[in-house]
Amino acid sequence: MADIALPFSAVDTAGRREARTAWLLASPAILLMLLFIVLPTIAVIVLGFTDFELGYGSFRFVGLENYAELISDRTFRRSLWNTTVYTAIVTPVSIVLGLGIALLIESEPRGRDFFRTVYFLPVASLLVAMATVWQYLFHPGIGPLNTFLALFGIPGPNWLGASSTVIYGLSIIGIWQSVGFNMVLFLAGLTAIPRELYSAAEVDGVKSSIDRFRLVTWPMLGPTTLFVTTISVINSVKVFETVKTLTEGGPNKASEVLLWTIYQEGFIFLRVGYASAMTVVFLAILVVLMVLQYRFLDRRVHYT
Amino acid sequence: MSVFSLRDIRKSFAGNAILKGVSLEAEAGEFIALVGPSGCGKSTLLRIVAGLDHADSGEIRIGDREMSQLTAADRNIAMVFQSYALYPHLTAGQNIAVPLAMRKLTGMQRLPVIGALLPGQRQICADIQRQVRAMAVSLKIDHLLDRKPGQMSGGQRQRVALARAMVRNPSVFLMDEPLSNLDANLRVHARGEIVDLHRRAGVPTLYVTHDQSEALSMADRVAVMIRGNLLQLAAPQTIYDDPSHIEVARFIGQPRINLLPSKKDAHGVVQFGALRLTSLPEALGETGVTLGVRPEFVRLRTEGQGALAARVERLEFLGSEVIVFAKLAGIGETMLAKVTPGEARGLVAGQAIGLDMDPAHVMLFAEDGRRLPAAPVSAVLRETTRG
Repeated sequence: MADIALPFSAVDTAGRREARTAWLLASPAILLMLLFIVLPTIAVIVLGFTDFELGYGSFRFVGLENYAELISDRTFRRSLWNTTVYTAIVTPVSIVLGLGIALLIESEPRGRDFFRTVYFLPVASLLVAMATVWQYLFHPGIGPLNTFLALFGIPGPNWLGASSTVIYGLSIIGIWQSVGFNMVLFLAGLTAIPRELYSAAEVDGVKSSIDRFRLVTWPMLGPTTLFVTTISVINSVKVFETVKTLTEGGPNKASEVLLWTIYQEGFIFLRVGYASAMTVVFLAILVVLMVLQYRFLDRRVHYT
Repeated sequence: MSVFSLRDIRKSFAGNAILKGVSLEAEAGEFIALVGPSGCGKSTLLRIVAGLDHADSGEIRIGDREMSQLTAADRNIAMVFQSYALYPHLTAGQNIAVPLAMRKLTGMQRLPVIGALLPGQRQICADIQRQVRAMAVSLKIDHLLDRKPGQMSGGQRQRVALARAMVRNPSVFLMDEPLSNLDANLRVHARGEIVDLHRRAGVPTLYVTHDQSEALSMADRVAVMIRGNLLQLAAPQTIYDDPSHIEVARFIGQPRINLLPSKKDAHGVVQFGALRLTSLPEALGETGVTLGVRPEFVRLRTEGQGALAARVERLEFLGSEVIVFAKLAGIGETMLAKVTPGEARGLVAGQAIGLDMDPAHVMLFAEDGRRLPAAPVSAVLRETTRG
């Protein structure tokens, strides 16, 4: 009996030793993730159920009170709506433009590096610094944009100063910033498409570039597009710098966005508990969006 | 009548001449294999015929139409790619339908939803479906029509690629190493299938491969391309028995041909060991020549006998035959002899032997690689004395 059991237990010991080594090797990463991702998230969720305010020594648990307040909070609802509008504009426009520019750059080898760099510059530049430039561009009196519109007799709006247009003004800046990033991702996706597929399409009788796009480019870009969409949505929902530097949520709360509202509650009014509840909602929105995307789209863009 | 011809096709990339004036004619229903080492320009030539690349100069005719100005889509050629190039997001059936849909349906009719509402679309689609199914049945892939390429094996994908190419009755059929991604057993099986399909369809076929056994076993005629030149276009047997150029002799044949450097004297006589050959009536004059003899025409003799003294280096046992590698005494070249296992019995590495070449099967090549006539001197003498 013992003779038979021996080899098994030896294998068992070896397996256990291997598992122990594996855990040991993974432990630094696990520790860091616990410290910097899991713990803060749990802290935020816990704080969301308290009335903690920065500066006060103690706090008490208030259950769902913060969330109840959120539902009736007009500023929060306003900021949710504004963020939705901003995302709904910036994400599709920056994806379409990014793809279009990537296709143009890909189709013409001359000046490829130049244009790639030019369109990527906004990504690399500091948005806070560039915001000043945009403030000038959008200036109702001396701004080049309105001067240009005036050439055609169109009275330009007070882009960042009027509550009816401020979210569109910010959207334009958002698009300007993310087009280059999306373009680079699409360029990478385009180079990964096997050339033989285009040859096959040509032999199969595809003549127009639209047909070529529909038969090869667009389906083969599926995984890239899914990734770009995900990143774009996250980045749009996270809009903050332009709001902070240019509009401060105004005028008349017309540019209140989620992060700005959270920032105000947490760091200006110091209501950390309430801001945490907002953050939980913010995270929940992002998680739901990502799950939906991958649930419905992932199977349709990966073909193997 | 030639149904398909190329005349003096030239192409260079960035100053490098890839094709140096290639001409070729195919008869109706002919299967031509383009074979050559990698980088010889055969794939470039195929892409030029397909219209995917454009030649710097030259003429491509299909039937009586000059094609070189037409795009690939307008040439009515079909092509099977090395990677098969199936559209991964479409099922096998949809893949096969693409060439039909592109030609028969307008852009509007191909749009989803809207297309289905246009007049005539349903009729054409049903037609396409029928053709796709018929094609799939004849290639025995009808059970795969709803699968995507990612869910198929290499052999199945290759059949789908064939079906997609054949479904619309092209006027020329191009294949770019279609079997190179299959495993060895499947490859031999697929050879037979492609030849069979070709016979049934009767479409002239240009088949690019680097595998000489594929070329020799499948094609009606083999075109050997070396460094951008088409050196010989002939039946497989002729290519093997009667190569017109030393490069053809060198490339074709497994195991390789024996090539031995030698000299021709002022009378056009080549002496090699005890072997005397004459290259008459080709030009006289002293030049270097190369002797070529296939391993099956080299015979083993015991030491001290035969025309050439040699020492066995190693033996390769191939089942029905044995390849003997023997180093020639004197010039140090390694000769290959293909013998039966019986003849090779008892041979060991290091053993001294004698070799004989069958004089009737020794070829002569000039310094520039051209084939020279060659005959055993005794035979020529007999004929001249008789004449």
